[in-house]
Amino acid sequence: MATTGRIKPPLGHDNKWWWDQVAAGTLALQRCSQCHTLRHPPRPMCGECQSLSWDSIPASGRGTVASFTILHHPQFPGYQYPLIIVLVDLEEGLRITAGLSDCDPADVAFDMAVEAYIHEDADGFRIPMFRPATGRKI
Amino acid sequence: MAISMKNQAAIAGIGTTAFSKNSGVSELALACEAVRNCLADAGLAPGEVDGLVTYTLDSSDEVEVARAVGLGDLTMFAKINYGGGAAVGLIQQAVMAVTTGAAKNVVVWRAMNGRSGQRMGQGVSGNIISSDLIHWSWYMAYGMLTPVSWVTMIANKYLHKYGVTAGHLAEVAITQRNFALNNPAAAGYGKPLTLAEYLASKKITDRLCIYDCCQETDGGTALLITSAERARDLKQKPAVIRGVTQAATRGQEQMTSFYREELDSLPEMELAAKRVYAMAGLGPADIDAACLYDAFTPEVLMQLESFGFCKRGEGKDFAADGNLRLDGRLPNNTHGGLLSEAYIHGVNNVAEGARLIRGTSSNQPKEVNHVLVSSGVGVPTGALILGRD
Ligand SMILES: [Zn+2]
Repeated sequence: MATTGRIKPPLGHDNKWWWDQVAAGTLALQRCSQCHTLRHPPRPMCGECQSLSWDSIPASGRGTVASFTILHHPQFPGYQYPLIIVLVDLEEGLRITAGLSDCDPADVAFDMAVEAYIHEDADGFRIPMFRPATGRKI
Repeated sequence: MAISMKNQAAIAGIGTTAFSKNSGVSELALACEAVRNCLADAGLAPGEVDGLVTYTLDSSDEVEVARAVGLGDLTMFAKINYGGGAAVGLIQQAVMAVTTGAAKNVVVWRAMNGRSGQRMGQGVSGNIISSDLIHWSWYMAYGMLTPVSWVTMIANKYLHKYGVTAGHLAEVAITQRNFALNNPAAAGYGKPLTLAEYLASKKITDRLCIYDCCQETDGGTALLITSAERARDLKQKPAVIRGVTQAATRGQEQMTSFYREELDSLPEMELAAKRVYAMAGLGPADIDAACLYDAFTPEVLMQLESFGFCKRGEGKDFAADGNLRLDGRLPNNTHGGLLSEAYIHGVNNVAEGARLIRGTSSNQPKEVNHVLVSSGVGVPTGALILGRD
Protein backbone atom coordinates (compact mmCIF):
# COMPACT_ATOMS: atom_id res chain seq x y z
CA MET A 1 0.00 0.00 0.00
CA ALA A 2 1.45 3.32 -1.05
CA THR A 3 1.60 5.70 1.84
CA THR A 4 2.00 9.14 0.37
CA GLY A 5 0.05 11.12 -2.17
CA ARG A 6 -3.34 9.51 -1.58
CA ILE A 7 -6.00 11.99 -2.65
CA LYS A 8 -7.81 13.11 0.49
CA PRO A 9 -11.60 13.27 0.32
CA PRO A 10 -13.01 16.79 0.14
CA LEU A 11 -14.98 17.31 3.34
CA GLY A 12 -18.29 19.03 3.95
CA HIS A 13 -21.31 18.91 6.26
CA ASP A 14 -22.59 15.68 4.77
CA ASN A 15 -19.47 13.51 4.94
CA LYS A 16 -16.98 14.92 7.47
CA TRP A 17 -18.66 13.15 10.39
CA TRP A 18 -18.15 9.80 8.64
CA TRP A 19 -14.43 10.36 8.11
CA ASP A 20 -14.14 11.58 11.71
CA GLN A 21 -15.56 8.23 12.81
CA VAL A 22 -13.08 6.42 10.56
CA ALA A 23 -10.27 8.42 12.13
CA ALA A 24 -11.58 7.20 15.48
CA GLY A 25 -11.50 3.61 14.23
CA THR A 26 -15.13 3.02 13.23
CA LEU A 27 -16.77 2.18 9.92
CA ALA A 28 -20.08 3.98 10.43
CA LEU A 29 -23.45 3.47 8.74
CA GLN A 30 -25.86 6.38 8.70
CA ARG A 31 -29.30 5.64 10.15
CA CYS A 32 -32.54 7.61 9.94
CA SER A 33 -33.66 8.62 13.44
CA GLN A 34 -37.32 8.47 12.45
CA CYS A 35 -37.76 5.25 10.43
CA HIS A 36 -34.36 3.66 11.23
CA THR A 37 -33.54 2.95 7.58
CA LEU A 38 -29.79 2.67 7.03
CA ARG A 39 -28.23 4.51 4.11
CA HIS A 40 -24.87 4.78 2.35
CA PRO A 41 -23.20 6.85 1.02
CA PRO A 42 -24.41 9.34 3.63
CA ARG A 43 -26.89 12.04 2.60
CA PRO A 44 -28.68 14.74 4.60
CA MET A 45 -32.22 13.36 4.20
CA CYS A 46 -33.87 9.95 4.43
CA GLY A 47 -35.28 8.99 1.02
CA GLU A 48 -37.89 6.78 2.70
CA CYS A 49 -39.49 9.21 5.18
CA GLN A 50 -37.83 12.57 4.32
CA SER A 51 -36.53 13.05 7.85
CA LEU A 52 -33.48 15.26 8.28
CA SER A 53 -32.52 13.71 11.60
CA TRP A 54 -30.14 10.81 11.71
CA ASP A 55 -27.55 9.01 13.79
CA SER A 56 -25.18 6.19 12.95
CA ILE A 57 -24.30 2.65 13.95
CA PRO A 58 -20.96 0.86 13.63
CA ALA A 59 -20.88 -1.63 10.75
CA SER A 60 -19.98 -5.24 11.44
CA GLY A 61 -17.60 -4.97 8.50
CA ARG A 62 -18.63 -8.36 7.17
CA GLY A 63 -19.87 -8.68 3.61
CA THR A 64 -19.50 -10.17 0.16
CA VAL A 65 -18.17 -8.77 -3.11
CA ALA A 66 -21.03 -7.55 -5.34
CA SER A 67 -18.67 -6.33 -8.07
CA PHE A 68 -15.11 -5.16 -8.47
CA THR A 69 -12.73 -3.37 -10.77
CA ILE A 70 -9.01 -3.86 -11.08
CA LEU A 71 -7.29 -0.75 -12.39
CA HIS A 72 -4.10 -0.81 -14.46
CA HIS A 73 -4.08 2.61 -16.21
CA PRO A 74 -3.91 5.53 -15.88
CA GLN A 75 -1.74 5.36 -12.76
CA PHE A 76 -1.71 8.10 -10.15
CA PRO A 77 0.90 8.70 -7.46
CA GLY A 78 -0.10 7.42 -4.05
CA TYR A 79 -1.68 4.17 -5.25
CA GLN A 80 -0.27 0.74 -6.09
CA TYR A 81 -1.31 -0.98 -9.29
CA PRO A 82 -3.05 -3.16 -10.17
CA LEU A 83 -5.43 -1.34 -7.82
CA ILE A 84 -8.41 -3.39 -6.63
CA ILE A 85 -11.67 -1.66 -5.75
CA VAL A 86 -14.69 -3.59 -4.57
CA LEU A 87 -18.39 -3.04 -4.03
CA VAL A 88 -19.27 -4.87 -0.86
CA ASP A 89 -22.75 -6.00 0.14
CA LEU A 90 -22.58 -5.56 3.91
CA GLU A 91 -24.52 -7.92 6.11
CA GLU A 92 -26.53 -4.91 7.33
CA GLY A 93 -28.08 -4.74 3.83
CA LEU A 94 -26.10 -1.78 2.49
CA ARG A 95 -23.51 -1.60 -0.23
CA ILE A 96 -20.20 0.25 0.13
CA THR A 97 -17.29 1.04 -2.19
CA ALA A 98 -13.75 0.55 -0.89
CA GLY A 99 -10.29 -0.79 -1.66
CA LEU A 100 -9.36 -4.45 -1.29
CA SER A 101 -5.97 -5.50 0.10
CA ASP A 102 -4.20 -8.75 0.96
CA CYS A 103 -5.55 -10.39 -2.18
CA ASP A 104 -3.91 -11.33 -5.47
CA PRO A 105 -5.78 -9.63 -8.34
CA ALA A 106 -6.31 -13.06 -9.92
CA ASP A 107 -8.11 -14.25 -6.79
CA VAL A 108 -10.74 -11.52 -6.57
CA ALA A 109 -14.14 -13.07 -7.20
CA PHE A 110 -17.82 -12.22 -7.17
CA ASP A 111 -19.51 -13.18 -3.89
CA MET A 112 -16.23 -13.74 -2.04
CA ALA A 113 -16.47 -13.06 1.70
CA VAL A 114 -14.57 -9.99 2.86
CA GLU A 115 -14.10 -8.05 6.08
CA ALA A 116 -13.41 -4.40 6.75
CA TYR A 117 -10.46 -2.93 8.63
CA ILE A 118 -9.19 0.60 9.14
CA HIS A 119 -5.97 1.20 7.23
CA GLU A 120 -3.59 3.98 8.32
CA ASP A 121 -1.29 5.73 5.85
CA ALA A 122 2.21 6.88 6.87
CA ASP A 123 0.88 10.43 7.20
CA GLY A 124 -1.74 9.22 9.71
CA PHE A 125 -4.72 9.37 7.34
CA ARG A 126 -7.14 6.54 8.10
CA ILE A 127 -9.42 4.87 5.59
CA PRO A 128 -11.65 1.77 5.63
CA MET A 129 -10.39 -1.10 3.46
CA PHE A 130 -11.50 -4.67 2.93
CA ARG A 131 -9.55 -7.92 2.83
CA PRO A 132 -10.57 -11.56 2.29
CA ALA A 133 -12.52 -12.72 5.35
CA THR A 134 -10.44 -14.24 8.13
CA GLY A 135 -12.88 -14.01 11.00
CA ARG A 136 -10.87 -11.26 12.69
CA LYS A 137 -12.69 -8.21 14.06
CA ILE A 138 -12.28 -4.67 12.70
CA MET B 1 -52.99 20.20 -21.78
CA ALA B 2 -49.40 19.27 -22.36
CA ILE B 3 -47.81 20.43 -25.63
CA SER B 4 -46.50 17.60 -27.80
CA MET B 5 -42.92 17.96 -28.99
CA LYS B 6 -43.28 15.22 -31.59
CA ASN B 7 -42.32 16.38 -35.11
CA GLN B 8 -42.27 20.04 -34.05
CA ALA B 9 -38.56 20.65 -34.55
CA ALA B 10 -35.67 19.44 -36.66
CA ILE B 11 -31.92 19.42 -36.76
CA ALA B 12 -31.25 21.80 -39.65
CA GLY B 13 -27.51 22.41 -39.40
CA ILE B 14 -24.37 20.49 -38.50
CA GLY B 15 -21.01 22.14 -37.89
CA THR B 16 -17.74 20.69 -36.71
CA THR B 17 -14.15 21.71 -36.34
CA ALA B 18 -11.29 19.39 -37.22
CA PHE B 19 -10.90 16.66 -34.59
CA SER B 20 -7.34 16.44 -33.31
CA LYS B 21 -5.15 15.65 -30.32
CA ASN B 22 -3.83 19.21 -30.10
CA SER B 23 -5.95 22.01 -31.53
CA GLY B 24 -3.55 24.79 -30.58
CA VAL B 25 -6.50 27.14 -30.02
CA SER B 26 -8.86 27.96 -27.16
CA GLU B 27 -12.03 26.04 -26.45
CA LEU B 28 -13.92 29.27 -27.20
CA ALA B 29 -12.32 29.36 -30.65
CA LEU B 30 -13.41 25.76 -31.25
CA ALA B 31 -16.96 26.59 -30.13
CA CYS B 32 -17.15 29.62 -32.43
CA GLU B 33 -15.82 27.67 -35.39
CA ALA B 34 -18.30 24.84 -34.87
CA VAL B 35 -21.22 27.28 -34.51
CA ARG B 36 -20.19 29.27 -37.59
CA ASN B 37 -19.85 26.09 -39.65
CA CYS B 38 -23.22 24.89 -38.41
CA LEU B 39 -24.97 28.09 -39.49
CA ALA B 40 -23.20 28.02 -42.87
CA ASP B 41 -24.32 24.42 -43.33
CA ALA B 42 -27.92 25.39 -42.60
CA GLY B 43 -27.85 28.67 -44.48
CA LEU B 44 -29.05 30.66 -41.48
CA ALA B 45 -27.70 34.13 -40.70
CA PRO B 46 -25.96 34.38 -37.30
CA GLY B 47 -28.27 37.24 -36.33
CA GLU B 48 -31.25 34.88 -36.44
CA VAL B 49 -29.96 32.65 -33.63
CA ASP B 50 -31.88 33.43 -30.43
CA GLY B 51 -31.19 30.38 -28.26
CA LEU B 52 -28.03 28.60 -27.08
CA VAL B 53 -27.48 25.42 -25.10
CA THR B 54 -24.27 23.70 -24.04
CA TYR B 55 -22.79 21.54 -21.27
CA THR B 56 -22.13 22.63 -17.71
CA LEU B 57 -18.68 21.17 -18.41
CA ASP B 58 -18.20 23.45 -21.42
CA SER B 59 -15.85 26.32 -20.65
CA SER B 60 -17.37 28.75 -23.16
CA ASP B 61 -20.15 30.97 -21.85
CA GLU B 62 -23.17 31.45 -24.03
CA VAL B 63 -22.76 35.21 -24.36
CA GLU B 64 -19.06 34.88 -25.18
CA VAL B 65 -19.95 32.61 -28.08
CA ALA B 66 -22.80 34.90 -29.09
CA ARG B 67 -20.56 37.97 -29.06
CA ALA B 68 -17.72 36.33 -30.95
CA VAL B 69 -19.92 34.78 -33.65
CA GLY B 70 -22.20 37.82 -33.92
CA LEU B 71 -25.41 36.09 -32.93
CA GLY B 72 -28.68 37.95 -32.37
CA ASP B 73 -30.67 38.82 -29.27
CA LEU B 74 -30.94 35.73 -27.08
CA THR B 75 -34.21 34.73 -25.41
CA MET B 76 -33.14 31.29 -24.13
CA PHE B 77 -29.79 29.95 -22.91
CA ALA B 78 -29.07 26.96 -20.74
CA LYS B 79 -26.38 24.54 -19.66
CA ILE B 80 -27.04 20.86 -19.10
CA ASN B 81 -25.29 18.78 -16.47
CA TYR B 82 -23.68 15.30 -16.38
CA GLY B 83 -20.97 15.22 -19.00
CA GLY B 84 -21.88 13.00 -21.94
CA GLY B 85 -25.30 12.47 -20.39
CA ALA B 86 -26.09 15.99 -21.56
CA ALA B 87 -25.84 15.30 -25.31
CA VAL B 88 -29.50 14.52 -25.91
CA GLY B 89 -30.51 16.93 -23.13
CA LEU B 90 -29.26 19.80 -25.28
CA ILE B 91 -31.63 18.72 -28.03
CA GLN B 92 -34.50 18.41 -25.58
CA GLN B 93 -33.95 21.98 -24.33
CA ALA B 94 -33.84 23.23 -27.90
CA VAL B 95 -37.00 21.36 -28.91
CA MET B 96 -38.86 22.67 -25.84
CA ALA B 97 -37.80 26.20 -26.73
CA VAL B 98 -38.82 25.88 -30.37
CA THR B 99 -42.13 24.19 -29.52
CA THR B 100 -43.12 26.76 -26.90
CA GLY B 101 -41.77 29.81 -28.67
CA ALA B 102 -39.11 30.52 -26.05
CA ALA B 103 -36.69 30.72 -28.99
CA LYS B 104 -36.94 30.13 -32.73
CA ASN B 105 -33.44 29.09 -33.79
CA VAL B 106 -31.40 27.31 -31.16
CA VAL B 107 -27.75 26.35 -31.54
CA VAL B 108 -26.37 23.67 -29.25
CA TRP B 109 -22.68 22.86 -29.04
CA ARG B 110 -19.86 21.12 -27.22
CA ALA B 111 -16.29 22.24 -27.80
CA MET B 112 -13.34 21.02 -25.81
CA ASN B 113 -9.62 20.51 -25.72
CA GLY B 114 -10.28 17.03 -24.36
CA ARG B 115 -6.77 15.79 -25.11
CA SER B 116 -4.38 18.75 -25.05
CA GLY B 117 -6.21 20.52 -22.22
CA GLN B 118 -8.03 18.79 -19.38
CA ARG B 119 -7.84 15.16 -20.51
CA MET B 120 -11.28 13.60 -20.19
CA GLY B 121 -9.91 10.15 -19.32
CA GLN B 122 -8.26 11.54 -16.18
CA GLY B 123 -11.65 12.06 -14.55
CA VAL B 124 -11.74 13.70 -11.13
CA SER B 125 -7.97 13.45 -10.72
CA GLY B 126 -7.87 16.77 -12.54
CA ASN B 127 -10.39 19.56 -12.59
CA ILE B 128 -13.45 17.86 -14.00
CA ILE B 129 -15.43 18.14 -10.81
CA SER B 130 -18.69 20.00 -10.82
CA SER B 131 -20.75 20.97 -7.80
CA ASP B 132 -21.04 17.44 -6.48
CA LEU B 133 -17.70 17.31 -4.72
CA ILE B 134 -19.01 15.33 -1.77
CA HIS B 135 -20.36 12.68 -4.13
CA TRP B 136 -16.88 12.15 -5.58
CA SER B 137 -15.35 12.13 -2.11
CA TRP B 138 -16.53 8.54 -1.62
CA TYR B 139 -14.31 7.37 -4.49
CA MET B 140 -11.34 9.73 -4.72
CA ALA B 141 -9.43 8.50 -1.69
CA TYR B 142 -9.52 4.96 -3.05
CA GLY B 143 -7.98 6.06 -6.34
CA MET B 144 -11.25 5.52 -8.18
CA LEU B 145 -10.76 8.63 -10.24
CA THR B 146 -11.46 7.88 -13.87
CA PRO B 147 -14.50 7.17 -16.05
CA VAL B 148 -13.10 3.74 -16.90
CA SER B 149 -12.83 2.85 -13.22
CA TRP B 150 -16.48 3.72 -12.57
CA VAL B 151 -17.78 2.10 -15.74
CA THR B 152 -15.89 -1.15 -15.18
CA MET B 153 -17.51 -1.60 -11.78
CA ILE B 154 -20.96 -2.00 -13.33
CA ALA B 155 -19.81 -3.54 -16.63
CA ASN B 156 -17.82 -6.22 -14.79
CA LYS B 157 -20.95 -7.62 -13.20
CA TYR B 158 -22.79 -7.53 -16.53
CA LEU B 159 -19.92 -9.21 -18.42
CA HIS B 160 -19.58 -11.85 -15.72
CA LYS B 161 -23.29 -12.64 -15.46
CA TYR B 162 -23.89 -13.01 -19.19
CA GLY B 163 -20.59 -14.54 -20.24
CA VAL B 164 -19.47 -11.64 -22.40
CA THR B 165 -15.91 -12.20 -23.68
CA ALA B 166 -13.20 -9.97 -25.06
CA GLY B 167 -14.20 -11.28 -28.48
CA HIS B 168 -17.68 -9.83 -28.07
CA LEU B 169 -16.32 -6.45 -27.05
CA ALA B 170 -13.84 -6.58 -29.93
CA GLU B 171 -16.76 -6.92 -32.36
CA VAL B 172 -18.06 -3.54 -31.17
CA ALA B 173 -14.64 -1.89 -31.32
CA ILE B 174 -13.62 -3.31 -34.69
CA THR B 175 -17.00 -2.68 -36.36
CA GLN B 176 -16.78 0.98 -35.43
CA ARG B 177 -13.12 1.20 -36.43
CA ASN B 178 -14.07 -0.19 -39.83
CA PHE B 179 -16.63 2.62 -40.16
CA ALA B 180 -13.94 5.16 -39.24
CA LEU B 181 -11.77 3.89 -42.10
CA ASN B 182 -14.26 5.58 -44.46
CA ASN B 183 -14.54 8.81 -42.43
CA PRO B 184 -11.64 11.21 -43.06
CA ALA B 185 -12.61 13.26 -39.97
CA ALA B 186 -12.17 10.26 -37.68
CA ALA B 187 -9.25 9.51 -35.37
CA GLY B 188 -9.40 5.93 -36.64
CA TYR B 189 -9.14 6.96 -40.31
CA GLY B 190 -6.31 5.06 -41.96
CA LYS B 191 -5.81 2.92 -38.84
CA PRO B 192 -7.33 -0.54 -39.31
CA LEU B 193 -7.74 -2.63 -36.16
CA THR B 194 -7.40 -6.41 -36.20
CA LEU B 195 -8.66 -8.86 -33.60
CA ALA B 196 -5.05 -9.85 -32.86
CA GLU B 197 -4.10 -6.23 -32.20
CA TYR B 198 -7.17 -5.79 -30.02
CA LEU B 199 -6.39 -8.87 -27.94
CA ALA B 200 -2.72 -7.92 -27.51
CA SER B 201 -3.39 -4.32 -26.51
CA LYS B 202 -2.76 -2.52 -23.24
CA LYS B 203 -5.16 -3.36 -20.42
CA ILE B 204 -6.78 -0.35 -18.78
CA THR B 205 -8.81 -2.33 -16.24
CA ASP B 206 -9.15 -6.06 -15.69
CA ARG B 207 -11.92 -6.22 -18.29
CA LEU B 208 -11.25 -3.36 -20.69
CA CYS B 209 -8.34 -2.67 -23.03
CA ILE B 210 -7.37 0.58 -24.72
CA TYR B 211 -9.63 -0.17 -27.72
CA ASP B 212 -12.65 -0.56 -25.44
CA CYS B 213 -12.21 3.08 -24.43
CA CYS B 214 -13.17 6.16 -26.40
CA GLN B 215 -10.89 8.79 -27.87
CA GLU B 216 -9.75 11.92 -26.09
CA THR B 217 -10.26 14.73 -28.57
CA ASP B 218 -9.75 18.42 -29.20
CA GLY B 219 -12.66 19.69 -31.25
CA GLY B 220 -16.20 20.97 -31.36
CA THR B 221 -19.58 20.10 -32.83
CA ALA B 222 -22.61 22.38 -33.12
CA LEU B 223 -26.16 21.70 -34.26
CA LEU B 224 -29.00 24.04 -35.25
CA ILE B 225 -32.48 23.14 -34.06
CA THR B 226 -35.40 25.06 -35.51
CA SER B 227 -39.05 24.39 -36.30
CA ALA B 228 -39.70 21.61 -38.82
CA GLU B 229 -41.44 24.23 -40.95
CA ARG B 230 -38.49 26.62 -40.98
CA ALA B 231 -36.06 23.74 -41.53
CA ARG B 232 -37.75 22.99 -44.85
CA ASP B 233 -36.76 26.45 -46.12
CA LEU B 234 -33.10 26.06 -45.16
CA LYS B 235 -30.32 24.43 -47.16
CA GLN B 236 -30.30 20.87 -45.78
CA LYS B 237 -32.74 18.02 -45.58
CA PRO B 238 -34.26 18.26 -42.07
CA ALA B 239 -33.75 15.53 -39.51
CA VAL B 240 -37.11 15.74 -37.77
CA ILE B 241 -37.17 15.12 -34.03
CA ARG B 242 -39.82 12.44 -33.45
CA GLY B 243 -39.10 11.97 -29.77
CA VAL B 244 -36.63 13.23 -27.18
CA THR B 245 -36.29 12.82 -23.43
CA GLN B 246 -33.90 13.04 -20.53
CA ALA B 247 -33.85 10.24 -17.98
CA ALA B 248 -32.59 9.65 -14.44
CA THR B 249 -34.03 6.97 -12.18
CA ARG B 250 -34.29 6.23 -8.46
CA GLY B 251 -30.90 5.53 -6.95
CA GLN B 252 -29.20 7.38 -9.81
CA GLU B 253 -25.75 8.81 -9.22
CA GLN B 254 -23.32 10.42 -11.59
CA MET B 255 -21.20 7.47 -12.87
CA THR B 256 -21.50 5.60 -9.57
CA SER B 257 -25.01 4.13 -9.49
CA PHE B 258 -23.56 1.20 -7.58
CA TYR B 259 -26.16 0.99 -4.86
CA ARG B 260 -29.15 -0.36 -6.74
CA GLU B 261 -29.98 -3.99 -6.25
CA GLU B 262 -29.22 -4.94 -9.86
CA LEU B 263 -25.89 -4.04 -11.42
CA ASP B 264 -26.43 -5.72 -14.77
CA SER B 265 -28.72 -3.25 -16.53
CA LEU B 266 -29.22 0.48 -17.14
CA PRO B 267 -32.51 1.59 -15.53
CA GLU B 268 -32.14 5.19 -16.73
CA MET B 269 -31.67 3.99 -20.30
CA GLU B 270 -34.76 1.79 -19.99
CA LEU B 271 -36.71 4.86 -18.87
CA ALA B 272 -35.29 6.84 -21.81
CA ALA B 273 -36.33 4.02 -24.17
CA LYS B 274 -39.87 3.86 -22.81
CA ARG B 275 -40.31 7.62 -23.03
CA VAL B 276 -38.76 8.19 -26.43
CA TYR B 277 -40.60 5.31 -28.09
CA ALA B 278 -43.91 6.48 -26.59
CA MET B 279 -43.39 10.07 -27.72
CA ALA B 280 -42.40 9.01 -31.23
CA GLY B 281 -45.11 6.35 -31.48
CA LEU B 282 -42.40 3.93 -32.56
CA GLY B 283 -40.70 0.79 -31.28
CA PRO B 284 -37.37 -0.97 -31.71
CA ALA B 285 -38.58 -2.59 -34.96
CA ASP B 286 -38.92 0.87 -36.52
CA ILE B 287 -35.32 1.90 -35.84
CA ASP B 288 -33.02 1.42 -38.86
CA ALA B 289 -29.73 2.66 -37.45
CA ALA B 290 -28.39 3.93 -34.13
CA CYS B 291 -25.76 6.01 -32.46
CA LEU B 292 -25.68 4.35 -29.05
CA TYR B 293 -23.35 6.16 -26.68
CA ASP B 294 -20.06 4.35 -26.81
CA ALA B 295 -17.53 5.79 -24.39
CA PHE B 296 -16.79 2.13 -23.53
CA THR B 297 -17.68 -0.99 -25.54
CA PRO B 298 -19.78 -2.81 -22.89
CA GLU B 299 -22.14 0.18 -22.86
CA VAL B 300 -23.19 -0.58 -26.43
CA LEU B 301 -24.14 -4.17 -25.59
CA MET B 302 -26.07 -3.11 -22.50
CA GLN B 303 -28.02 -0.48 -24.42
CA LEU B 304 -29.07 -2.97 -27.12
CA GLU B 305 -30.98 -4.59 -24.28
CA SER B 306 -32.25 -1.33 -22.73
CA PHE B 307 -33.72 -0.23 -26.06
CA GLY B 308 -35.31 -3.61 -26.79
CA PHE B 309 -33.24 -4.73 -29.77
CA CYS B 310 -32.65 -8.02 -28.00
CA LYS B 311 -33.43 -9.69 -24.67
CA ARG B 312 -31.50 -9.18 -21.43
CA GLY B 313 -28.10 -10.83 -21.69
CA GLU B 314 -28.27 -11.24 -25.47
CA GLY B 315 -26.48 -8.05 -26.49
CA LYS B 316 -23.31 -10.05 -27.05
CA ASP B 317 -25.08 -12.43 -29.46
CA PHE B 318 -26.77 -9.58 -31.31
CA ALA B 319 -23.35 -8.01 -31.87
CA ALA B 320 -21.60 -11.31 -32.66
CA ASP B 321 -24.15 -11.95 -35.42
CA GLY B 322 -22.85 -8.85 -37.20
CA ASN B 323 -25.96 -6.77 -36.52
CA LEU B 324 -24.01 -3.59 -35.76
CA ARG B 325 -22.27 -3.64 -39.14
CA LEU B 326 -23.37 -1.74 -42.25
CA ASP B 327 -25.38 -4.68 -43.64
CA GLY B 328 -26.65 -5.76 -40.21
CA ARG B 329 -29.96 -5.20 -38.49
CA LEU B 330 -28.80 -2.03 -36.70
CA PRO B 331 -25.75 -0.26 -38.14
CA ASN B 332 -24.38 1.54 -35.09
CA ASN B 333 -22.12 4.59 -34.94
CA THR B 334 -21.45 4.63 -38.67
CA HIS B 335 -19.03 7.57 -38.25
CA GLY B 336 -16.84 5.49 -35.92
CA GLY B 337 -18.47 6.83 -32.77
CA LEU B 338 -16.74 8.03 -29.65
CA LEU B 339 -14.47 4.98 -29.90
CA SER B 340 -13.07 5.70 -33.34
CA GLU B 341 -14.22 9.12 -34.61
CA ALA B 342 -13.86 11.56 -31.72
CA TYR B 343 -14.99 12.19 -28.18
CA ILE B 344 -17.04 15.35 -28.41
CA HIS B 345 -19.03 14.16 -25.43
CA GLY B 346 -21.69 12.57 -27.62
CA VAL B 347 -22.71 15.61 -29.66
CA ASN B 348 -20.80 14.12 -32.60
CA ASN B 349 -23.05 11.05 -32.28
CA VAL B 350 -26.14 13.27 -32.53
CA ALA B 351 -24.58 14.90 -35.60
CA GLU B 352 -24.13 11.47 -37.19
CA GLY B 353 -27.77 10.68 -36.45
CA ALA B 354 -28.76 13.76 -38.48
CA ARG B 355 -26.39 12.75 -41.30
CA LEU B 356 -27.95 9.30 -41.45
CA ILE B 357 -31.36 10.93 -41.98
CA ARG B 358 -29.90 13.27 -44.61
CA GLY B 359 -28.30 10.26 -46.31
CA THR B 360 -24.80 11.73 -46.06
CA SER B 361 -23.02 9.39 -43.66
CA SER B 362 -19.64 8.16 -44.83
CA ASN B 363 -21.16 4.70 -44.24
CA GLN B 364 -24.74 5.24 -45.36
CA PRO B 365 -27.01 2.20 -44.93
CA LYS B 366 -29.51 1.54 -47.74
CA GLU B 367 -32.71 2.77 -46.18
CA VAL B 368 -32.85 4.86 -43.04
CA ASN B 369 -36.19 6.16 -41.86
CA HIS B 370 -35.50 6.39 -38.15
CA VAL B 371 -32.31 6.74 -36.12
CA LEU B 372 -32.00 6.30 -32.38
CA VAL B 373 -29.37 8.34 -30.52
CA SER B 374 -28.56 8.02 -26.83
CA SER B 375 -26.41 10.07 -24.51
CA GLY B 376 -24.02 9.13 -21.72
CA VAL B 377 -24.18 5.76 -19.99
CA GLY B 378 -23.98 5.48 -16.21
CA VAL B 379 -25.05 9.10 -15.80
CA PRO B 380 -28.39 10.90 -15.97
CA THR B 381 -28.96 10.57 -19.69
CA GLY B 382 -31.49 10.73 -22.52
CA ALA B 383 -32.57 9.40 -25.89
CA LEU B 384 -33.57 10.89 -29.21
CA ILE B 385 -35.30 9.54 -32.31
CA LEU B 386 -34.76 11.33 -35.60
CA GLY B 387 -36.84 10.75 -38.71
CA ARG B 388 -37.28 11.92 -42.29
CA ASP B 389 -39.48 14.90 -43.07
ZN1 LIG C 1 -36.46 7.69 7.44
